[in-house]
Order: sequence, then structure tokens, then C-alpha cells
Amino acid sequence: MSIGNDNHSGSFIEYVTVMISGQLFGLPISQVQDVFMPERLARVPLSGPEIAGVLNLRGRIVTAFDMHCRLGLGKRATDRPAMAVGIEFRGESYGLLIDSVGEVLKLAESSREPVPVNLDPHLARVAAGVHRLDKQLLVVLDVDRVFDSGSEVAAA
Amino acid sequence: MDDLLREFLTETGESLDTVDVELVHFEQEPNNAKILDNIFRLVHTIKGTCGFLGLPRLEALAHAAETLMGKFRDGMPVTGEAVTLVLSTIDRIKQLLDQLERAEREPAGNDADLIAPLERMVVDAPSAGAAPPPAAAPAPQGTAGTLAYQVLERPLRPGEVALDELERAFRETAGPDAEAAAQAAQAKAEKPAEAEPSADAKIANQTLRVNVETLEHLMTMVSELVLTRNQLLEIVRRHENSEFKVPLQRLSNVTAELQEGVMKTRMQPIGNAWQKLPRIVRDLSAELGKQIELDMRGADTELDRQVLELIKDPLTHMVRNSADHGLETPTERRALGKSEKGTIRLSAYHEGGHIIIEIGDDGRGLNTARIKAKAIASRLVTEAAAEKLTETQIHKFIFAPGFSTANAVTSVSGRGVGMDVVRTNIDQIGGTIEVKSTLGEGSTFIIRIPLTLAIVSALIVEAGGDRFAIPQLAVVELVRAQTNSEHKIERIKDAPVLRLRDKLLPLIRLQSLLQIENGEAVEPENGFIVVTQVGSQTFGIVVDGVFHTEEIVVKPMSTRLRHINMFSGNTILGDGSVIMIIDPNGIAKTVGTVAVQAALDEEANAERRTGTEEVTSLLIFRAGAAQPKAVPLSLVTRLEELDTKKVETSNGRPLIQYRGQLMPLIRVNDQVQLKSEGTQPLLVFSDEGRSMGLVVDQIVDIVEEHLNIEVPSETPGVLGSAVIKGHATEIIDVGHYLPQAFEDWLIRTEKKLKAKARTILFVEDSAFFRNMLTPVLRSAGYAVTTVSGAQDALDILKSGERVDMIVTDIEMPGMNGFELAEAVHSDERTARLPIIALSALTSQDAIERGRQVGFHDYIAKFDRPGLLAALKEQVATMDEAA
Repeated sequence: MSIGNDNHSGSFIEYVTVMISGQLFGLPISQVQDVFMPERLARVPLSGPEIAGVLNLRGRIVTAFDMHCRLGLGKRATDRPAMAVGIEFRGESYGLLIDSVGEVLKLAESSREPVPVNLDPHLARVAAGVHRLDKQLLVVLDVDRVFDSGSEVAAA
Repeated sequence: MDDLLREFLTETGESLDTVDVELVHFEQEPNNAKILDNIFRLVHTIKGTCGFLGLPRLEALAHAAETLMGKFRDGMPVTGEAVTLVLSTIDRIKQLLDQLERAEREPAGNDADLIAPLERMVVDAPSAGAAPPPAAAPAPQGTAGTLAYQVLERPLRPGEVALDELERAFRETAGPDAEAAAQAAQAKAEKPAEAEPSADAKIANQTLRVNVETLEHLMTMVSELVLTRNQLLEIVRRHENSEFKVPLQRLSNVTAELQEGVMKTRMQPIGNAWQKLPRIVRDLSAELGKQIELDMRGADTELDRQVLELIKDPLTHMVRNSADHGLETPTERRALGKSEKGTIRLSAYHEGGHIIIEIGDDGRGLNTARIKAKAIASRLVTEAAAEKLTETQIHKFIFAPGFSTANAVTSVSGRGVGMDVVRTNIDQIGGTIEVKSTLGEGSTFIIRIPLTLAIVSALIVEAGGDRFAIPQLAVVELVRAQTNSEHKIERIKDAPVLRLRDKLLPLIRLQSLLQIENGEAVEPENGFIVVTQVGSQTFGIVVDGVFHTEEIVVKPMSTRLRHINMFSGNTILGDGSVIMIIDPNGIAKTVGTVAVQAALDEEANAERRTGTEEVTSLLIFRAGAAQPKAVPLSLVTRLEELDTKKVETSNGRPLIQYRGQLMPLIRVNDQVQLKSEGTQPLLVFSDEGRSMGLVVDQIVDIVEEHLNIEVPSETPGVLGSAVIKGHATEIIDVGHYLPQAFEDWLIRTEKKLKAKARTILFVEDSAFFRNMLTPVLRSAGYAVTTVSGAQDALDILKSGERVDMIVTDIEMPGMNGFELAEAVHSDERTARLPIIALSALTSQDAIERGRQVGFHDYIAKFDRPGLLAALKEQVATMDEAA
């Protein structure tokens, strides 16, 4: 979070913004592979609640995460189609199911603020900081932590 | 890492492995100059390369070893001690190479501890020789050349000897018979000059070193291609008469060949995994004071390199085990009247789509009593239960975790982390392991592993609205369970079981196992049962529906899902959807805890059953006469008792509304009358969505019998008579009744008349399949001549009887289908006869072999529509030709 960290060598970072349960989140664009409509999601029995299923994306098998569940925001409303952000993590393909995708924002690294201490622990665990935008707050997601600590949540 | 260095490491590693093996050979055959030459050359190359790359430590070691071997070449007697020394030098070189690979530079240190004894041996050599050296031994040819470099421009490196000194040693140590040595040297010099370089050059031109990653990538791409092809096939299947059909067929064939070709590049002889074993056995025999002979057979049997990597360690472990636990000491062996030298036998061969590896020894065999005691002590089984177990069952405990009966923990084995690890490794690659052992005569471990892991054939099933793939390898058979049929799900307390051929099969509902109950009321008594075998454990997986089999490409699951041991991976089906692949091992573990006892009972039955002939389930009924009649149960779709009031008459024929369709009722013969009240028993036969009800008087029983039709019958509708449960029983011909039932059968009959000229010679050793398929072929309008063996078939062909096509089984006793095809095609009269092979063996290997011997088509045994389609195609070709 301080100067000298490789991640923040540039003074600006571009974020893909997504809406999950009315909250705006940002994913570093360097980590996002693509955005797609998840189709024919096959559920995986015996998997954790945050695993929405697996799907075929152009011949690759993608494991889809329900971000609502992952962030402790309850089950995703199934009345409207979800969008998914494709992310490659340690050589495997994942899809994060979200409500909608917004524009790409270029934000100054210096304007990122630490995560508020009173944030919901589910959220705090995967948040890498907060940006104050004109009308709302953007929570920066730390992709590594989305995948890493997921199993603990599933076990709990 | 430097490319040059990497190349060096790979090459040297391979060379050293060869040196290991060759040295052990050499020790046994000290006079074989060819082996020695080979070793010498390899070590020399290593030395040279090390010098070139600036690796002084390695160079010094290789040099010292080479010098000693030079002595051997010059006729110094080969002692076990010397070979051991050279072997340890090779080991040290390997260690150094390992460190070199990690650190990318040679580690510091020196190897005087090895070099000194090596040199001593070189210098001492003359005293070891029996005869005193001749005073003026002529210097060997090679030595003269080295004299030119006598001035060294640097200090001697550790382990190096000044050339003068070396020269002196050489002169002094010329073998006992200098002339012979010189002759030998000359012969050696000549032989390589003419033979070896040319051979080497050829090999170098024909082979190419390819990065494994490149091959892996190629394999992945081919797998994708297979998937895409499957997708296309799926699409075309939905459109009859598509113009894509022909090119797609071509694409399909090319893909299959490509797949096979790429698979081949990944194939490696199993000998690669065995390479280190002679050395290990040699060391073990020294360490344990036992004389051990290692007999390796089938080293050129090929298997996928991925599989090869995974079985390397288990194999090594098992050979160690055999040497340590299996074989007795020479004293013990003498006392038992066995030869002092124990044998460990390794053999590998192909069988079906599998590789079988056997590791056997002629040692003491497994001690059943001790294993039993240990199993009870480790609480793997209760004392009472143990009493009921057969020997084979007890032997299986050696695969339980932490199980070892070795009294002493030796450095070789006995730490109890053995066989369970072996089994786990083998399980992982979808293989099985079993043990056969006779006390006092030795034990043999039989490992059965699939040829490749990348593509497997799987059965697609449905449970709880989702589809899953079950690897075909584990599936024994499919059973449809229904309340009214003989296959009924019963319950012992709460555990569901199926009575299948006198044995109880523990059942597990896939839906509840995977916790995907969808709230619908389940009919616990109905469903499809996938009878599955894992190792020696057999159980039934109850699913809601069974679709078809498909070649699937196993893709690893995401790491986030890998903890679910019910699945072994996932795959993309032909229709593009992703499904999970069930891991039968995972299910076996769950079932194992539930139904161990049932499985054990069942297994005991299975053992009693082995050796009996193949039996067929027959449905016994009465119709018209008192004499019982029978029909193979597999042909009957359902047994029904329907209310007679529901029988209607249309156009003078009795009909009944059945499952939303009008089903014609046919009487077995004129003596059978439809009942006027109560219920009417019916045998329902269904085919391609149509059903026919066969009216009988009474359904008597279902029996298991070896079906052997003794008296063929001329009566239409009766195949012949057989003795079943002591009674002469008429076996009815379903094919006779089907045409009477269906309205549109008339059209087929016309076809039948047209096709009348087509006679099929059906060769099948199993009475069951003969009886099952003959009616199918007949009803499709072919004249069928059935024979039970290849020889009979050839006799018929020779007799000049008319035959238009041959449909043959592959695996038959005596002459098999491949041989039959060869025989048929070698006779010019029958050379152009189409042959369709029918087999459970649909491995790539078998198909390829079939193509070579000239099968026109290759159909899976249960694929009836496939067979009919293939026949039609052949007829069409013949019509065209006519």
C-alpha cells in the first residue's frame, strides 16, 4: 500500500467496475480476461455455497463463483441474468458472477484509501482499499484473496 | 539455465542410467567386450563433455572411473568390489548432477574418497592378475596418441594422475595375455569402425528430441479437436441426410488417427521405468545377503508417459518389497529344497485397453495367519468377521494404510508405509492391484492400469436432473430395476440392496450421495442400476436415467473443487455442456463403510462362481401346452399383468392401451386364449418406441441357466428346445412375433423380401449373444446362419453355401475373429466378403488391428442399431457394385 510496492508503481490503475448487490466494486483491469454472459451453468454437487457451478467458455471449463455468496451478501437474485468477469488465477479459469458491468475507470493510486475498520468482515477480507468517487464508493477487490480464503468460508 | 548445460544434464542422466544397467550386466558377463565398450564409451563422453563445460569435479570422477574401466578392457579381472566402486562413483556423479541442476554450477568439495580407491585399484591391478606381466608389453594403440599431450599447462586437478604415472601403470598392468588383449583391442577397433558409426548416424537422423511440453500441448489440442468433432457429430445426428455427413465422417476418421498418432508419441516402453531396477536389485542382494535374479519380460510394452511416471515409484517399491519380504535367505531356501537363488519376475503385456504388470517372486508367499492377526490387532476387522474371510480377502489387508507384518524395520522396507501408498498411486491413475499368493511358493502382484489417462470412454447418466459421466472402465453392467421385474430393489433395514444372480449387491443412490435431492418424490424401487466394480468391490449406483457412452476428455477440476472426492474431473460433452466425472474410487470408499459385509459375501460367491460357464437369465412361462417355454430375459422389456377389461379389438386384432400407446397383443400360438376375466399376463417387447404384448398363460419363473439349444425346431416361432432346470423347454424366437405385431412391419417385410438374397454368417461363441442377435438380424430381413466358432464358419464357407456377409465376434476360444478374418481374406473365393466385427473390445488398438486384417466395420457388442446400420451400408455397397 506504500511506495515501493510493485503493484502500485504506476500512479494510475485502471479498474473494471462491477455492481454486486447495489455496491460498486473495482477489479484491476490487468487481472480481468474477459466479460461474458454465463450460459448453461452446471452445478457442482458437494461444493461450497460460493461455487455457482462450472460452464463451458469457448472450450475451456470455467469455475463460476457467486460473488453475492462470496461477499456475504446473500444468494443472488435469479430473476435477471447475471454477468460474469473471467479471471485467470494460477493457471485456472474462473468466472465471478456479478449483477452488471460498468465502465472502466482510471483512478489515481494516491487517492485509494484503506478499508474502513467497521466494514463487514466478509467484505473486508477481500477488499484492497476504497476509492471515493463523485456519487459513490468503489471497493477495490483483491482477486488473490477472493480465491484464497474462499475455502475457509466454505468450511465455516 | 544455459541450453548447453540443460542438454548436457538430460543426456548425461540418460547415459548414466544406461551405465548402471550395463555395469550390472557386465558383472555377470565379464567377458562381454561389447558391454564394456558401451560403458567405456558413455563414461568417456561424459568425461569429455565435463571437460568442455568446465566441470572439474565431474571430470575428475569420470576420469578415474574411465581409467579403471580401461583396465577392465585391457583384461584386468572384473571383481564385484571393483564394480561396486564404479557404481558408487556413478552415484556420486548423479548427486553432483542433481546439485548442478539446482544451483547451475558445480558444488565445491572434492571426491578423493572415491578417486583414491579407484586409483589404488588401477595401480594394484597387476598384483591381482595371475601371471606376471611380460617384460616388454607393447603399448596399446590408444596410449600412443595421448603421449602428444604430455605437457600439462596447469596444476593437476584432484583425482588426476600425471600422464607419466598413468603411462607407467598402463604398461605394468597389461593383462596376463598381452597378445590376446592386443588382438581383442584390434578386433574392437575394427568392429566399431564398420558397424557402429553407421548405426548411430541412422538413429540420429530418424529421431528427434522434442520437448515434453510441446507434446503435452499437442495432446491438449487433439483432445479439443476430439471434443469439437463430437459436437459436430452430435449436430449432424439431429439432421438426417445432411450434406455434411460424408466429409464429417472423413474428419472423424482423420481425427481418430491423429489422436492415435499423438498418443503414440507419448508412448514409452515400460522398460524405461524398469531401467533402475537391475541396479537396485543388485544392491539389495548385497545388502540383504540374498541371491536374487531379476527376470524382466515385455520391457518394450508401451504406455503413456504420464502413466509411466506415476507407476515408476510403486514398481520400485514393490520390487524392494519382494526382495526383502518375499524372498527367503539362501539358507532358508536350501532348507526348503529351493534353489539358493531367488527370482523376482517382472512382466508387462497388453490386455484390452489395459496394461497388465505382474511382479512375482518365488519366495515364501504371504503369511495369511500373520496378516489376519495383524488385521485384527489393527482393528481393521473383528475376530468373528475375520474367521469368515477367504484367504484372498485376508491378503487384501496388506493394502490397508499403515499395514506391515515385517518383524524388523530394515533400511529396505518394513516401515508400514508401503503397499497402501502403492495402492493409492495406482488408484489415482484408475488402475487396480491384486495379489495372488501361495504359502511357500511365492506371491504375485497384478497391476492393471489404463493405457492412457487423457481420453476415456464414459457412460452418461442422469441423477437429480443433472448429468454425470461414469468411466466405462468401472462399469460391469446396467440393470433396470422395477417393482414388477425380477430385479427389484429390496431393503435390509435401511440399506438398499439388489438381488442380482443370487448375490446381494449394495446399492447407493447417486442423488443422495451427491446431496442433490430435488424434492421430487423418488420411487425407491425403480431406477437404473450401474453395476460398478472397483478393485474387488462391486456395488450398484442407482441413477434416474442412462443416456449413452461417449469418449470424453478428462479435464482436471479447478483446485477449488478438488477436495470433493466423488469426482475425478470434469469434461465438455458433445453438446457443449460441462459435466462432472464420477470417481468410482470415491464412491467405493463411501459404500465400503456402509456395505462391507454385503460386498464380502458377494465376493465369496464370486469366488465360488469362477470357472462355471456363462449363464443366461431366462424367463420361463407357459403358453398353450404344459411344456414350459423360455425366452432370454434380456430381450423382454417388461412383464405385465393387465386387466382383461382393457383389451380392445380393432380390425379383428386384440389391442391394449399401454403407456399412452396402442399395443398389439400377439398369442404365442393358437392354443393360448386371451383370458376373459381377471388379469392377463403379458411379456412386453419394445423396439424403437413400439411395443408388442405377447400373450401367455402363466409366467413361471426366472432362472439362470447355461443356454444350450439341443434340438433345433422347424416350428415357426420356436428356436428349439433346451433342458432348463431339468425340463425340456421350448425357446421361443421373438423375431417371429415382432413382424406380426407392428402395422408397419409389412413395409419391413417387403424390404425383407428384397433383402432375402442377403445371407449373414453369424459367428459367435456365446450362446447368449447368438440368441440375442439372431432374432434381431432375422427381423431386419436377413437370412442368418449361425455357427459357434471360427472353424465352423470356415467349413461353411468351404462348403460353398451362400454367404453374403460375415458378422463375427472377436474373442472366441480357438481361432479368434482377427484370425478368422485373415483366413477368409486369404482365400480368393471369399477375399471380398464383407466382415463386420462385433466386440466388447473397442480400444483403438483393437480397431486398428481390425482394420489391418480387413474388417469392414467394427461395432460394439450391445450396439444393435449400429450393427443394423453397418449391415445396411454393406448391402448398399453390394447393390452398387452389382
